Amino acid sequence: MSMMEIRSLTKRYGSKTALDDVSLKIAKGSIYGLLGRNGAGKTTLVSLISNRDFPTSGEVLLDGANVKENDRALKNICCMGAEQLLPGYMRVKDVISSMRYFYKNTDAEYANALCEKFGLDPKKRLSRLSTGYRTIAKVIFAMSSGADYIILDEPTLGLDANHRELLYKLIIERFNETEAAFVISTHLIDECAGLFERVFVLREGRLIADEDSDALRRSAYLVEGKTAEVDSFIAGKKVLTRSEVGSFCSACVSGGDVPSPDALPDGLEVSQPTLQQLLIAMTEEG
Amino acid sequence: MGVNYPGFNDTEPLFIQIARWLENKIVTGQLKADEQIPSTTELSAALKINPATVRKGVNILVEKGLVYKKRGMGMYVAANAEDSARDDRRERFRDDYVRPMLEEAARLGISRDEVAEMVKGER
Repeated sequence: MSMMEIRSLTKRYGSKTALDDVSLKIAKGSIYGLLGRNGAGKTTLVSLISNRDFPTSGEVLLDGANVKENDRALKNICCMGAEQLLPGYMRVKDVISSMRYFYKNTDAEYANALCEKFGLDPKKRLSRLSTGYRTIAKVIFAMSSGADYIILDEPTLGLDANHRELLYKLIIERFNETEAAFVISTHLIDECAGLFERVFVLREGRLIADEDSDALRRSAYLVEGKTAEVDSFIAGKKVLTRSEVGSFCSACVSGGDVPSPDALPDGLEVSQPTLQQLLIAMTEEG
Repeated sequence: MGVNYPGFNDTEPLFIQIARWLENKIVTGQLKADEQIPSTTELSAALKINPATVRKGVNILVEKGLVYKKRGMGMYVAANAEDSARDDRRERFRDDYVRPMLEEAARLGISRDEVAEMVKGER
C-alpha cells in the first residue's frame, strides 16, 4: 500500500518556528484527523506536503521519493486550498474541465455530480460564491482530483449543518470507493471524530499526538467532585486541566487506567472525555 | 458526531456502540436468522463512521457468533442469534440494570422493599 512519510519537517518564518521537527506517516486506505488550535501549524504542514512551500529542513517522501519538484508525486497529492490561487473570474465548470492538466486522474463526472448534490451552480464565477460555497467548491475540486492523498483543510468552513452531514457521507463513500488517504483538518472535532481512524495533534508547531482515535480518547479521563477530594485524588497524577466551580472541581487526567467506580473515593465521579474535550485539555495554553 | 441515529453518544467507543446497535436489531427480531446485515460500506456511509471502526464493531458480533460471513456475499445473522443475544443480555441484566437501580435507590434512601413494591406495581 502506498505511503507518504514526513521526516523531521521544520519550517521557520524569520524567528518564528511554525513547524518543529514533525515526523509522521500517512497511508493510503486510512482517514486521518489533523487537529490543533489556530496557529498550531496545520496549514503550514499542509502547504509543505503539497509542495506549495518549502521546508526549512526535513523532507516529505511519497513511496520513498522526495515530493520536492517531483511532478509524478505531486499529481497524487491534492490539497484543498490551492484553489484560492485561482483567478476569481474563473467559473466552477472551467476549473473542473481544466483540472485534468494538473491531476490526470480527475473525475469530472464525479465533480459535476457533487456540484448537483450540494446545489452549486457550475456556471458561477469563483468570486461570486458565498463563504460556504467557496469551501464547497474547493472540497469538490480536491475530492474529484483522483489523487491518492486528499488533504482537506477546514472543509466545513461556512457550511450549514445539512451540508456538513452530506460532506461526511460523501467523504466516507468516496473513501470506500477509492481508498484514497484523507487528511482532514477541522475545529469541529466531535462532529468529525467518527470519520477518523487516526489523529495527529499539533501544538505550537510540534506533534504532540499520533494515535488511533479511540485509543487517544481512552488515554485520559475526567474526574469530578468536591475540590479537596478531587485534589487529593489527582495528586501525583498527570493533570491536563483542572477547573473549579463553587466548591467543586473537575480535572482531566492523562495516562493510567480509568479507575473503576469501586476504586474511587465516595463522591467522586469519573467519565470519558469526548475527543473535543480531550483536545481542549491537551492544547490549553500554560 | 456525524451520527444522527438514536442511541449513539460521543463518549463510548464507536465500535462498541455499532455492535450494540446491530445487536439490538437482532434481539428485537428486526434482523432475523439468515437475513443479511447491512454491509460495512453501507453502514459507514449511513452512520458517517470510518469503515475500519464499523468493521471492528461487526467483528464483535462475529466473535459472539451472532453473525457469520458468506464468502463474497456479506454478513448474515446466525440461526440462533436472537436466542443467544437474548441469553447474553439476560445474564447481564442484573449488572446492567438491577444493580445501578439499587445503587440509585440507596442514594435516595429508598428501601429494597419499596423498590420491590414499585417493580410489582409497574405495568
